Amino acid sequence: MSADAATAAPALAVRAISKCFEERQAVRDVSFDIERGELAAVIGPNGAGKTTLLSILAGIQQPDEGSAAQPDGTTARIGWVPQQTAVYGKLTVAQNLRLFAKLEKVPDADATVERMLEQTGLAERADDELGRLSGGNRQRVNIAVGLLADPPVLLLDEPSGALDPRQRERLWGFITALTERGTAVIFATHDIAEAERHAHRVLVLADGELLFNDTPAALKSAANAGPDDDLEQAFVGFLRERGH
Amino acid sequence: MRWMLLKDLQILRRSKLLVGLLVVYPVAIALLIGFALSSGPEKPSLAFLNQIPGSQSTIRLGGEKFDVDVYTDQLFDAVDRIDVENREQALEKVRSGEALAALIIPPDFATKLSSGGFNAANVEVVYNGDALKQSFVESTVESKLALADAALARQISQVAAGYVKIITVGGEISALGQNFELLGLTRANKLLDEALEDAPPEIARKLAPVQRFASLGVANVGRFNDVLSTVERPVEVTETVLSGRRTPLDTFAVALAVAVSLMFVCVLLASGLLALEREENTFSRLARGLVPGGWLLAGKVVLAAACAFVVTLAMLLGISAFVPLDYGRAALWIVAIAASAIAFATLGVAIGSLAREVRAASLLALMLALPLAFLALVPSGGVSPLLYDVIRVISALFPFKPALDAINNAINGADANMLVALAHLAALTLAFGGAAYWGLRRFASG
Repeated sequence: MSADAATAAPALAVRAISKCFEERQAVRDVSFDIERGELAAVIGPNGAGKTTLLSILAGIQQPDEGSAAQPDGTTARIGWVPQQTAVYGKLTVAQNLRLFAKLEKVPDADATVERMLEQTGLAERADDELGRLSGGNRQRVNIAVGLLADPPVLLLDEPSGALDPRQRERLWGFITALTERGTAVIFATHDIAEAERHAHRVLVLADGELLFNDTPAALKSAANAGPDDDLEQAFVGFLRERGH
Repeated sequence: MRWMLLKDLQILRRSKLLVGLLVVYPVAIALLIGFALSSGPEKPSLAFLNQIPGSQSTIRLGGEKFDVDVYTDQLFDAVDRIDVENREQALEKVRSGEALAALIIPPDFATKLSSGGFNAANVEVVYNGDALKQSFVESTVESKLALADAALARQISQVAAGYVKIITVGGEISALGQNFELLGLTRANKLLDEALEDAPPEIARKLAPVQRFASLGVANVGRFNDVLSTVERPVEVTETVLSGRRTPLDTFAVALAVAVSLMFVCVLLASGLLALEREENTFSRLARGLVPGGWLLAGKVVLAAACAFVVTLAMLLGISAFVPLDYGRAALWIVAIAASAIAFATLGVAIGSLAREVRAASLLALMLALPLAFLALVPSGGVSPLLYDVIRVISALFPFKPALDAINNAINGADANMLVALAHLAALTLAFGGAAYWGLRRFASG
């Protein structure tokens, strides 16, 4: 694949992914592309298959059918930030980052750790045990771990769920800065207002099926929402119309 | 794996209380078990009243002097003696609980003994009525009385053998304050032979049964001695150990303490370390290919086994200051402890793969490990044969029994074949390793 072709190709191409757990169809024939620098929100009711879809894209679970590929044909360089902080409470911030940098085989682990500490504003807390940090700071470390390998695609599962409004604002500032540098970000959320405010695109998932894939404004139109309706009302109306 | 090992060590270093408990608790349990098995019960306290007059403490049995104090001393190597002046004091000591029992030797004890068995000599034992204590002191006193009885019987049979000898070959005996010279059967037989050579046939015919009696008596005198020695020791015990050498109880307790300690440290540490990956949600990150499942398990097994190995080896060396161990077998200790540690740690990761948090893993590990240790110690005659077979099968499915066999063999050169025990441990390591790997995959795909 040429450099031009790689630049033109989507940051991640998802094709016909399906996943069953015994009798339950968790994800059903889901396909979409995400471009470099794009911020996409996966929204849907509980049990819609959001976390399952993201964990398949992250490589934690294997799909029964379908594929997710980056321009080089692999999924090796996808960053993953799980819903609950997935770091070691007994290690310091720096030790957590250094460990995962080594496991990710990042070329210059120490320099990368320094850079991430600066980017996340945690340089002063580098030697603090993670268990002693606030929920917001823990989540920043959680995200920093997902970014250690400088992935072109970052997946976040409910990234702001445990944060207070100020921490949330700081988080979104950080994520927006990432997209401005070209990182494609896909995040799953229950917070429709957050999706409306930050996402370039929304993917509506219900019963494992991708029902909608366009901008928040387009979702409002599709739901025939009035001018005063917010995206949450449009989303609920959209799902009702489609029998969900 | 290097980075994960380093990470786990850093976590352990920061979990001082957990690690401290993990080391101290099993070592304490192991030492308690060892102490309980290797030390006998303490001596019961016994009030002692000797009413024999001082002049009668030495009695004569058939010309042999016998010191009654020797008889009573048989008792006091097994009990704590509290001397009392009279019967009331003895009863009071028992009533107050100061003594578990009282032993009273009546004034006529020596006289009855010196009658040579015509009158049985009695001693009186007074108990306090507490069933447990009574049972304890009763068994102690009875066993010591049996020993003393045996010593007396030996003495009496020797006296009897002396009489038999005099009756056979002749000699001097004293009775009723006078000495008598006895002819003896041998000499009587000889005199009869000489007299019958010149005797008329009629007299010879009449004396023939007497001569036959004397001949038979002389010929069978050896049997009297056999019978007497049988009375002296009616039951002789010949000890046979069916396979290999017998393990002394205190060194078996050392092997048991090492096995128990090793099991607790390994199983708790390995299960906890693996469950921690789930509790911290880091397993989802690692499962993305950062650390292959097999390596993750191997890392936990190696770390847990290494920690437990160091702890138990140090414990073994510490115990060796109190219980003499054969340092010439040190290489075997290392092999047995290392193989057992790996098997226990693999069981630990299998448990850890089932649990989502450290507390659940620890509880599961404890609930499994404790009964296994007890089951492996059930003796073959302790339960019905069918139940014993069931226990053997269950014990064979887990590493405690083969680990105990291997360690006991390494420390004591006991009967169990060490190679068989090591092969058993290797098979269990593979089986539990497979189970742990399956548990991890199941969790990752769920």
